[in-house]
Amino acid sequence: MTNTIGYLAIILALFLSLAGAAAAFRAAKTRSSALTLLGRRAAYGVFGLATLSILTMVFALVAHDFSVSYVAQVGSRSTPLFYTVISLWSSLDGSILFWGWILAGYTATVVYIYRDRYRELMPAVTGTLLAVNVFFWLLLAWPANPFQPVFPVPPDGPGPNPLLQNHPFMGLHPPLLYLGYVGMAVPFAFGFASLITGVVGGDWIRAVRRWIMAPWIFLTAGIVAGAWWSYEVLGWGGYWAWDPVENASFLPWLVATAFLHSIMVQERRQTLKTWNILLVIATFLLTLFGTFLTRSGILASVHAFTEGLIGPFFLGFITVVLVVSLALVAWRSDQLRSEPALDSLASRETAFLLNNLLLVAFTFTVLLGTVYPLIAEALRGVKVSVGAPYFNQMSIPIALALIFLTGVGPALPWRRGSPDLLARKFLWPVAVAVLAGLAFWLLDVRHLGAWATLVLAVFAVGLLVGEFWRPAQARRRAHGEGWSRAVLNLTAKNRRRYGGYVVHLGIVVIAVGIALSSTYRREREATLQPGETVVFSGYQIRLDSLYAGREPHREFAEAAFSVARDGRPLARMTPRMNYYPMSTQPIGTPHVRTRPTEDLYLTLMAYARDGSTATVNIIVNPMVVWIWIGGGVVALGALFAISTAAGGAEPTRSRGSSTERQAEPVEAGVGGAER
Amino acid sequence: MNKKLTLAAGVVVVLVVFGYFAFGGLGRSLVYFWTPTELLAEGDAAYGTSVRLGGMVVPGSVTWNAETRELRFRLADEGGVIAVQSAGVPPQMFLEAAETETPIGAVVEGTLTREGVFRATNLMVRHSEEYRAPQHTEQRGEYYRQLFREQGAKTGS
Repeated sequence: MTNTIGYLAIILALFLSLAGAAAAFRAAKTRSSALTLLGRRAAYGVFGLATLSILTMVFALVAHDFSVSYVAQVGSRSTPLFYTVISLWSSLDGSILFWGWILAGYTATVVYIYRDRYRELMPAVTGTLLAVNVFFWLLLAWPANPFQPVFPVPPDGPGPNPLLQNHPFMGLHPPLLYLGYVGMAVPFAFGFASLITGVVGGDWIRAVRRWIMAPWIFLTAGIVAGAWWSYEVLGWGGYWAWDPVENASFLPWLVATAFLHSIMVQERRQTLKTWNILLVIATFLLTLFGTFLTRSGILASVHAFTEGLIGPFFLGFITVVLVVSLALVAWRSDQLRSEPALDSLASRETAFLLNNLLLVAFTFTVLLGTVYPLIAEALRGVKVSVGAPYFNQMSIPIALALIFLTGVGPALPWRRGSPDLLARKFLWPVAVAVLAGLAFWLLDVRHLGAWATLVLAVFAVGLLVGEFWRPAQARRRAHGEGWSRAVLNLTAKNRRRYGGYVVHLGIVVIAVGIALSSTYRREREATLQPGETVVFSGYQIRLDSLYAGREPHREFAEAAFSVARDGRPLARMTPRMNYYPMSTQPIGTPHVRTRPTEDLYLTLMAYARDGSTATVNIIVNPMVVWIWIGGGVVALGALFAISTAAGGAEPTRSRGSSTERQAEPVEAGVGGAER
Repeated sequence: MNKKLTLAAGVVVVLVVFGYFAFGGLGRSLVYFWTPTELLAEGDAAYGTSVRLGGMVVPGSVTWNAETRELRFRLADEGGVIAVQSAGVPPQMFLEAAETETPIGAVVEGTLTREGVFRATNLMVRHSEEYRAPQHTEQRGEYYRQLFREQGAKTGS
């Protein structure tokens, strides 16, 4: 029964998206309002059906209906309710169902918001989004069907992968990542629609900017949450290992970041049109590629993915999207012709171009390192992995240059900057950065990468603060406002601009956190008897006891440590190993004590069967918390940037948006000549 | 026009330098993954090369000397056996599996020495990408059971 409802909803969603896509594409050509309406209604219908199928699945999971194949695969009566619900995305078929539901949600939302706008473009946008829907619902109807009947019905299931039910972050990280990933279909749909209809320029660019920002925020938060999750769960004290699964989420982020900068150049200067279209296509392709990488089993072995249909399906879809998009770009090359982008080298356009160049180079680096093992295995039959040294060696110089640009870009005016203005803007930040460089060197920050990161960070923050300070100062003089009032008014009137600068500040904070925690991490292993103390990095770590315990879904062995500094007790820490009924291997859970300056990270490595000794790995990680804080700053800044209706949303405008309208020309003036 | 040309030339130079570093760096960071059979088939060429060696731990071959912190075991596949020596406390699941003679895969990183011993700098119990429920024949270590008896169980939070 459950299977029938769920599967029926999937099949109907497939046919409805197919019919809707056909109607919408036809409407794009004929401008028929009846067909446009049909396409729009199909989008709502698909979302309704998607919601029905996903609710059916959640219901089946919670009710432990093991006649449903996916539930039999990941469900278990002993799993707590929270982990039962989130096991929706813990395995292959369920995660694709979740993908499809989010895609349908985005489709319906976009179609609804722009129902009365961009009339020549929206039918093609609807059609493109529904066509992507067709692919996913086909996947769900056929090779990834989560609603296959199971007979005989098993009395219980294995439960989700123990690693994925070991930390509540699993409830946050995948949905964020998926919202980011799937959302990239929206800007792609706008770009693709512009190619189909030939409406390559126009104010829909603003809509695209808004719709790349929304998934970008989710993707950023998802990546940071993923790093945090692996830090809190995996027990090796790191947060990023250049693992293909991590890279898969990072690649579209890099290209999307390039796009959301270069789209500003197009918005203002009507240029870089081809480049932007290519970036938005690449972003979408990389999200598909990432899903393919993580969902086809290709990482275990190149040959594994042909065993199922999912890998070939994805590869086929990626090829179709790539070929059709590039053909359309070539076909529309006349309309895409642009004005030259550069008036002067000292301009914001140059900064954007450099930023794009660096981000694309970064993408290429990571992509090469990620796919090289696959190519080597396919062509030469050798199993090889690309070590972290490659990624670090390549990404550190690029990252340093990007930090430099986070400050310089916003400080440079559009078109050309007068030497006088530049001198005024750069004098103080350069002076402070030079002094800071000396100070860091004297404070024994002698690692070149870390030192350079800190100096560039100070420089960038100096320039960014200047961007707040100067206009605020001008407002103070003009309106007689106080400092806080001036900054508030300033940012409220120019949310996009100042939200963006806050994002830049957050990125700098993340960079500092990464540089210091990866360079100055200290680690040692110690085997202790109960009552014994080890001193490391100023901490006195005493093993109090070793014991076992029982929870509904698992059993565990736990070591309790008392941590003190200079004899003053600081914390009781309890790293442990969890034993899940359906796993042969224990899953460790480290204990992390987070403080602003450094984390103390204990992992239980091994223990003697009779409890006489425990081996603990002690890691002191400086400044890690700033990575998570920086991630939060980035997300908040970006939310602030899109918090107006300025991207061109509902016709009923709120209070903030009318001022935004007036503020636009002012913004242009401020950029050029400061007031 | 001149400006454009300079810019284009600059971009080309940057790309070439970048490509050179990317491919060069890649070549230096490659770690080959070999099975014992493949490593032995390499003959003399295998000595001194940094590789990842993956195989099944031979049941009963694990010895751990807590004094010298030396761990010895043998890794095998269908076509060969290699003695492995590694320093540092072995991971818990490695010990548990070794004790119960549960078949367990391991991956070690290091080099094969002239004496025919593989010196590992890093030992990983093999995790598969896809989670797999245990077979009925597989025994769990349940090392922790004794802790219940020794200390009495505590209920965790």
